[in-house]
Amino acid sequence: MKIRAESKEGVLRLRLMGELDHHAANAAMREIDGILDRLLPRDCALDLSGLNFMDSSGIAVILRLHKRMKLTGGRLAVIDPAPQPLRVLDASGIERLVPIAMTIKEGQR
Amino acid sequence: MKYENYIKAEFPSKSVNEAQARSLVGAFVAQLDPTMEELGDLKTAVSEAVTNAIVHGYPDSIGKISLRCRILEDGSLEIVVRDWGKGIPDVEKAREPLYTTGGEERSGMGFTIMESFMDKLTVRSKPGAGTTVVMHRTLPRRGRGR
Repeated sequence: MKIRAESKEGVLRLRLMGELDHHAANAAMREIDGILDRLLPRDCALDLSGLNFMDSSGIAVILRLHKRMKLTGGRLAVIDPAPQPLRVLDASGIERLVPIAMTIKEGQR
Repeated sequence: MKYENYIKAEFPSKSVNEAQARSLVGAFVAQLDPTMEELGDLKTAVSEAVTNAIVHGYPDSIGKISLRCRILEDGSLEIVVRDWGKGIPDVEKAREPLYTTGGEERSGMGFTIMESFMDKLTVRSKPGAGTTVVMHRTLPRRGRGR
């Protein structure tokens, strides 16, 4: 599991790649905490287009990130989840707390 | 019920084995020619059950987990994940969405996801003796028996 962080005008884009299960979740949470402490973003977009697998451990990671962003009055959105993570997001009902957005990428217009 | 085929595996409750368990089930069910979505559902359900055994069955130790996957004669798939760990004192409570004893690293959605991705979920548990999770899912017969 890899995390790529890119900050632009106060918006942090976190791109998760690989497999996010319980084994990967602890390290992912620590890494994300470190990135937030360093960059202090206003808002955060969590890009899950490169995530091949996610289970409920991923929901815990998103809930924690949601709580951290809320503490500083920031917003969090999940962007472009791959099909399997989207099934898990839908089953969990997390969209009531964190919006999920599908963007149209270049070449698909 | 009689089976057409099965696979059985045993491994220690180390979190690195969550991915192994998913891969094993994924490889086994390939013979049923599942869609990507069905394959994802089955791998997710296995991941949840094995993670529960690791986190809640053996919170302070490394113990044995067994995984059995069978294709039954009616063509349905049965997945059994068993541990001999602490057990769950209140199964009904544990199955409630968002209920967790695992702290902030857990979402409490494991059983909810297993239930929504599988047709049937049975949980048997006895404190001090362990937990057995039995899951069933019927996949449409696709290209089999040809």
